[in-house]
Amino acid sequence: MPEVSQHAGRPVDLPPVGREVPLAGFRTLLYKEVLRFWKVAFQTVAAPVLNAVLFLLIFAHVLDRHVTGYGEVDYTAFLVPGLAMMSLLQNAFANSSSSLIQSKITGNIVFVLLPPLSYREFYSAYVIASVLRGLFVGVGVLLVSIPFVHLPLAHPLWVLAFGVLGGAFLGSLGVIAGIQADKFDQLAAFQNFLIMPLTMLSGVFYSIHSLPPLWQDVSHANPFFYMIDGFRYGFFGQSDVSPWLSLAVVGFCFVALAVLTLAMLARGYKLRA
Amino acid sequence: MTLPAIRISGVTKRYGTLQALGGVDLEIEQGEFFGLLGPNGAGKTTLISALAGLVRPDDGTLEVMGHDVVSDYRNARRRLGVVPQELVFDPFFSVREMLRIQSGYFGIRGNDDWIDEILASLDLTAKAHQNMRALSGGMKRRVLVAQALVHRPPVIVLDEPTAGVDVELRQGLWQFIRKLNRDGHTIVLTTHYLEEAETLCGRIAMLKGGRVVALDSTANLLQRFATHTLSVRVARPEIAASLGGVNGEAGWMEFAFEGYLEVETLLTRLREAGAGLIEMRLGEPDLERVFVEVMHSA
Repeated sequence: MPEVSQHAGRPVDLPPVGREVPLAGFRTLLYKEVLRFWKVAFQTVAAPVLNAVLFLLIFAHVLDRHVTGYGEVDYTAFLVPGLAMMSLLQNAFANSSSSLIQSKITGNIVFVLLPPLSYREFYSAYVIASVLRGLFVGVGVLLVSIPFVHLPLAHPLWVLAFGVLGGAFLGSLGVIAGIQADKFDQLAAFQNFLIMPLTMLSGVFYSIHSLPPLWQDVSHANPFFYMIDGFRYGFFGQSDVSPWLSLAVVGFCFVALAVLTLAMLARGYKLRA
Repeated sequence: MTLPAIRISGVTKRYGTLQALGGVDLEIEQGEFFGLLGPNGAGKTTLISALAGLVRPDDGTLEVMGHDVVSDYRNARRRLGVVPQELVFDPFFSVREMLRIQSGYFGIRGNDDWIDEILASLDLTAKAHQNMRALSGGMKRRVLVAQALVHRPPVIVLDEPTAGVDVELRQGLWQFIRKLNRDGHTIVLTTHYLEEAETLCGRIAMLKGGRVVALDSTANLLQRFATHTLSVRVARPEIAASLGGVNGEAGWMEFAFEGYLEVETLLTRLREAGAGLIEMRLGEPDLERVFVEVMHSA
């Protein structure tokens, strides 16, 4: 029969292992989140790029002579930044939301809840990974469209600003959806009934000046419109509304959503009972 | 006087109308091998989850090596390793990747020597580069133990680690856990295998309805609650029954007694009453009996 513990009351002096590195927890979670989508890059990066290219081929072919973008800008060229941004946004959302729901359903979310990670580190890692996936997909769409269209790049910093800010906004929304949803079905509803319509009706395929006044007003209430419009401004130097207004709207929406998401995480909402 | 490894004071937790924890007070000393027992729904996993920060208590405080699990959670969690009850894994990574990632979460880099040591101790070296999906249930269970140890925590909590595990793995696991305890780690174990708890744990707390209903050393619990039994097979069971015997398994009659001196008296009474003794055996007190008695009396 094995012996019973005789250690009660004995001080424990265990040597530390490895070396402690500042912010290692956050960096590891970010690394793991990036590795998670990169390991299945065919599904998470290549497939959305292919989808966008199919959109490009079909819409450019069908609508080239029927829909106008900005004045002299060729419709196919007009379409490309919109498709790139739409893919960026959808994939940024998909990254954080699918990672969290999968972890919750399989139970391996405990691996990130047990360690001494703060809720800010948790949030930052998921959102930055989402932005990176969004940027990979967005850049992928732009690269594969090069043979089809000549695309100017008037203001690269605006492109970067809207790409990062839009990705962060959708990454945050993905964190909320991933925490809120208890099953894949609920997440799909979030994606199909909220994200998809808002992105599709945000001016990806048209300039809102081509819409009747009522629908122009409705479009102005859609934050996705400002993301697409500001992103497109970076390429053509022209947009439906001022890029500064778009930046302000997107920046405000992101900050508001970040505050909400951080508050949820700080309370442990649906993660720490 | 050293700090307790775990100090739990007045912890309550309610889920809707269910009182999962009803004011739990508990101290576990450094270096103990401690058992946390109770029927399903007694609050064991809730208590462990509160200790690990997975559940927020409504009231009360929990400390790991003197660090509050809420206000000083970083220090508390660095000192705690938890092996969860469910067989969970991340299907995207290999065993070694998983252990490196888990080390990183705890703020540690460059601990491959320690990871190698854990892998070897748990007989996982050959599986280090295999994807988690490719492992058997038993192997996944070992990886869960390894994950809880990557930051070499002084306090290790195992929540039913041998549920559904085959005998060979169970024995290997206990051998390893006993070694960790000998090296100075405090071990807290919940299990439904009471024989394991009796063999391994120096002290035991029993929970029922979210409260601690018994807390003592294993030896004291066995002495205090459980009685010895004299089991006899006799020609005339009705006579044994009239002398206070109760029906046991397969025609055996059982008499409870506390000291061995009573055995002689019992046998004399059976002989004098003409019960016709055929066979007899003595039963030692065991934790299962203690458990049943405590749960009935609580």
